[in-house]
Amino acid sequence: MAAGSGGLKDATALVGIGQTPFAKRLPEDERALACRAVLAALDDAGIAPGEVDALASYTMEETDEVELAKACGFGDLTFFSKVGFGGGGSCATVAHLAAAITAGQASVGVAWRSRKRGSGPRPWTNTSVQLPTPAQWTRPYGLLRPADEIAMLTRRYLHEYGATRDHLFNVALACRNRANQNPAAIMYDRPLTREMYMTSRWISEPLCLFDNCLETDGALACVVVSAERARDCRRRPVYVHSAAQSLPAQHHGMVNYWNDDPLTGPAWSAARHLWKHSDLAPEDVDVAQIYDAFTPLVLLSLEGYGFCGRGEGGAFTEGGALEIGGLLPVNTGGGGLSEAYVHGFNLINEGVRQLRGSSTAQVPGASACLVTAGEGVPTSALLLRS
Amino acid sequence: MLRPVTDADGAPFWEYAAQGELRVQACAGCDEFRFPPRPCCPHCQSFESEWRPVSGRGRVWSYVVAHPPLLPDYAAQAPYNVVVVELDEAPRIRLVGNLVTGAGQPLGAFPPESIRIGARVRAVFHDGLPQWVPERS
Repeated sequence: MAAGSGGLKDATALVGIGQTPFAKRLPEDERALACRAVLAALDDAGIAPGEVDALASYTMEETDEVELAKACGFGDLTFFSKVGFGGGGSCATVAHLAAAITAGQASVGVAWRSRKRGSGPRPWTNTSVQLPTPAQWTRPYGLLRPADEIAMLTRRYLHEYGATRDHLFNVALACRNRANQNPAAIMYDRPLTREMYMTSRWISEPLCLFDNCLETDGALACVVVSAERARDCRRRPVYVHSAAQSLPAQHHGMVNYWNDDPLTGPAWSAARHLWKHSDLAPEDVDVAQIYDAFTPLVLLSLEGYGFCGRGEGGAFTEGGALEIGGLLPVNTGGGGLSEAYVHGFNLINEGVRQLRGSSTAQVPGASACLVTAGEGVPTSALLLRS
Repeated sequence: MLRPVTDADGAPFWEYAAQGELRVQACAGCDEFRFPPRPCCPHCQSFESEWRPVSGRGRVWSYVVAHPPLLPDYAAQAPYNVVVVELDEAPRIRLVGNLVTGAGQPLGAFPPESIRIGARVRAVFHDGLPQWVPERS
């Protein structure tokens, strides 16, 4: 194992993935869903629960390590971490496990996400508890929901670069088309047309209904082990080639309006680290799973991760670029917009499926996949390879 | 309606606003404005700060028009605008607010189709909150 900058490169692999059904409403609670997803991922890997010695999750996860370990029958845990900033932490869970395993702190790591946001409360409706500090500058004015916060950046983006709602539609359509190929997706049997998009109701102008992710009940998990151990697992390993976390200088979260340059968000600094520690460049990426809580986040990410220049994210989506056979197929399971919104964890599992060759919307010969976490919050990203 | 839940750093902003004054935190060491308020200066790391009055004139940097589902008090006024205003004195100080037809008027009363990025606005005050009206030239 090389020390220093090459330390994590291909040193660990994802060897198991698991998930529950996705639905607007599931009868079981988050804890039971978490257990089901974790046990399914371990079964997929062919690893006994008693061998698990590391856990990683991210904030807004209600099932804690103690509950999961005692229910699933894990061994002694020697590493556990919880990454901050909700959806920005999805990829960092795998990164933390990869680092812990590479450093010898653990040998079998599990990351998971369980949510009941389809049928449970939404954080922005909670007015009885102390709001996060930045809320004093926004909430009294009725900038209440994540959609409002991102709509503000979107309006400025459209104004500054001349991008249009058709570009946002291209993102929504690519995700929906892939969901229409994926029986596990909530929108599997619900095609989207341009007319439906353009005539749908507003949520926060300039964002309409179809620019917003799905509220979903469901859980997912994945298993990380060393590359050496991965060779003995049931499935073909998917290597963690590069990983990054990012909280950029003078960043302000979803309300990045106070940054000198609000439209260069965390994707930009995550990308610098990701590519620096990688043998690959953006043009080597065959397929990307880009965090899509809202359609404009995909445009910002395409720019940040270097698939196009600044301000060119809208134009990049033209001509079917995001579809299968296009320049960069994205969110091949349907993403948060059309498969399930489970704080981005479905993007990790879909990245694994692509590199195993088992996606329902397989990109032929895919050998490198970018997976990103929430943009507009301190974020993380993974570059996976087969 | 939601009231600002203030912290130690933000409280002076709201105390001045309650008196009808718009003030922004500035570093007493290097003179840089900063927003949102915080304990020390990210440029020079000084903990000394002052609250400097600004003219309350600025330009619309961006805006949204919010539609339900919203909290009940807000849903009752929807669709309504929320704007980000860039201050004349400090172009990178951007305040979130509402463009209204006059201080205290309903949030939904201002016609959204007449909002433009770059439009000149000025601050008015209602119930301790800065609001924005179009600047008549």
